[in-house]
Amino acid sequence: MLTTADELKAVQGMAPTLDVARVRQDFPILQRTVNGHPLVYLDNAATTQKPVSVIEAERHYYAHYNANIHRGVHRLSQEATDAYEAARDKVRDIIHASRREEVVFTRSTTESINLVASSYGQGMRAGDEILVTEMEHHSNIVPWQLLCQRSGTVMRVAPIDDAGQLVMEQFAALLSPRTKLVALAHMSNALGSINPVKTLVELAHRAGAVVLIDGAQAVAHLPVNVTDIGCDFYAFSGHKLFGPTGTGVLYARTALLEAMPPYQGGGDMIRQVSFAGTTWNDLPYKFEAGTPNIAGGIGLGAAIDYVQGIGLAAIAAHEADLMNYASELARDFPGLTLVGTARDKGAILSFTLAGVHPHDVGTILDAQGVAVRTGHHCAMPVMERYGLPATVRASFALYNTRDEVDVLFRGLRKAQEMFA
Amino acid sequence: MMADLRDLYQEVIVDHGRRPRNFGLLPGANHRAEGFNPFCGDRLTLQLQVVDGMIRDARFEGTGCAISTASASLMTEAMKGRSTSDAEALFASFHAMLTGERQETDAALGKLEVLAGVREFPIRIKCATLAWHTLLAALHEEERPVTTE
Repeated sequence: MLTTADELKAVQGMAPTLDVARVRQDFPILQRTVNGHPLVYLDNAATTQKPVSVIEAERHYYAHYNANIHRGVHRLSQEATDAYEAARDKVRDIIHASRREEVVFTRSTTESINLVASSYGQGMRAGDEILVTEMEHHSNIVPWQLLCQRSGTVMRVAPIDDAGQLVMEQFAALLSPRTKLVALAHMSNALGSINPVKTLVELAHRAGAVVLIDGAQAVAHLPVNVTDIGCDFYAFSGHKLFGPTGTGVLYARTALLEAMPPYQGGGDMIRQVSFAGTTWNDLPYKFEAGTPNIAGGIGLGAAIDYVQGIGLAAIAAHEADLMNYASELARDFPGLTLVGTARDKGAILSFTLAGVHPHDVGTILDAQGVAVRTGHHCAMPVMERYGLPATVRASFALYNTRDEVDVLFRGLRKAQEMFA
Repeated sequence: MMADLRDLYQEVIVDHGRRPRNFGLLPGANHRAEGFNPFCGDRLTLQLQVVDGMIRDARFEGTGCAISTASASLMTEAMKGRSTSDAEALFASFHAMLTGERQETDAALGKLEVLAGVREFPIRIKCATLAWHTLLAALHEEERPVTTE
């Protein structure tokens, strides 16, 4: 099992062993055409497609054992509870958390971060500081800004360099005894940069701060080990891990979850309710008010089975091969400027094309069946850093091929020809 | 397939997108508004010189895709010498063309008809209408930047 960045690098350098043709058969959507062309889906950083096992897991739940969980004595409720809780164990396993109580189900990465800002944030005071980085997604900025407004806490921003890498000296210099929380991305959604999270956590802990890692872009592409990283919170979404939308995870250390007040009140999060006072349920249920996305959670479990069956090492190696190939073509492409050239980088190719606005590129690619993201990628501060209104972003996943990379670049040539 | 794309990116649009007319600041402008499309980051500042209810001159500045730039360029061309009430009527015609409320050709639109193809690309309609919403704001002298949202 891979655990460290060095081991990951070794894997990324290995020849890919993934049987992509077989993998593609597992994703029904890849059979469809768009505007008369085979779909080339390169918007995986926005959301990933779903294997048939995930689609089937949701369908099977609704067709055979749809029931509410954690309450019925009847058979269906028991089956639904077992499947939902089995998914929690799968999440624990894929991120290497030490205990299942540390895995809180949410709706999304965004909700996971809001949970921490809202609940853990109640202990933050005027004069305390939160340190974020310049490469964060809006969902790892705005919840902290809201907390700052409520509490008088001050936000500091660690800058990135021209390549899109966190400037380590400045990050270290911004840490102080006032820093109570550090929030940073494992992998940048706009640039692909992978942060040296283990080192950053060590630095933050030395300053006495807790660390939240936004792992939305990481979990489907890198082996993640929260125990080895040593982070206090790790947030991610199921839908970027080939699972259903509306599923999210917050990993948090037990001691923190025990000390934190509930996030939302309602059913399932209580032990005993009376008008004189109410007591909270055990972990992680204290943070899971209301009927959750049961089908989604079960689907997420199936997605994790799928990913584990292929192996994150093989996935990382395949994506590294695609990225190397795409980066070479990009370097030789006249008028193309890569945005984000970090040494340690995931399978995200963000760029601009001279003479053609990103939105026009997006429309022209779509006419050829190629789906990319164009715009600010919910990371306006990153765009501001580079003085750009928008970029084109192609993001790869395990089912993409070198042929699809070729289709992308043929499309870019057509875009240039139209505006020549 | 590329034929549909050619409906969108007609030569006139590509030309105005690459070399927008009436681009820059307008000395002597007495009406001004800013437009912003938060979805794609397109921004423009529109300046008008209005004398006795007539638009004497119109210029714009900003960044945007080919559709929004060409639309602003063609709009400023169409506005010069037009009365403000005529300008508002043209806004209504243009809007009706893009939203599909009016399918038949409206003679008043003239050259602006080249933007009719945008109708087939719903996500890009706001690119084409940004300059026009900014025009209304400038005529009404609204203080806040208009957005397409």
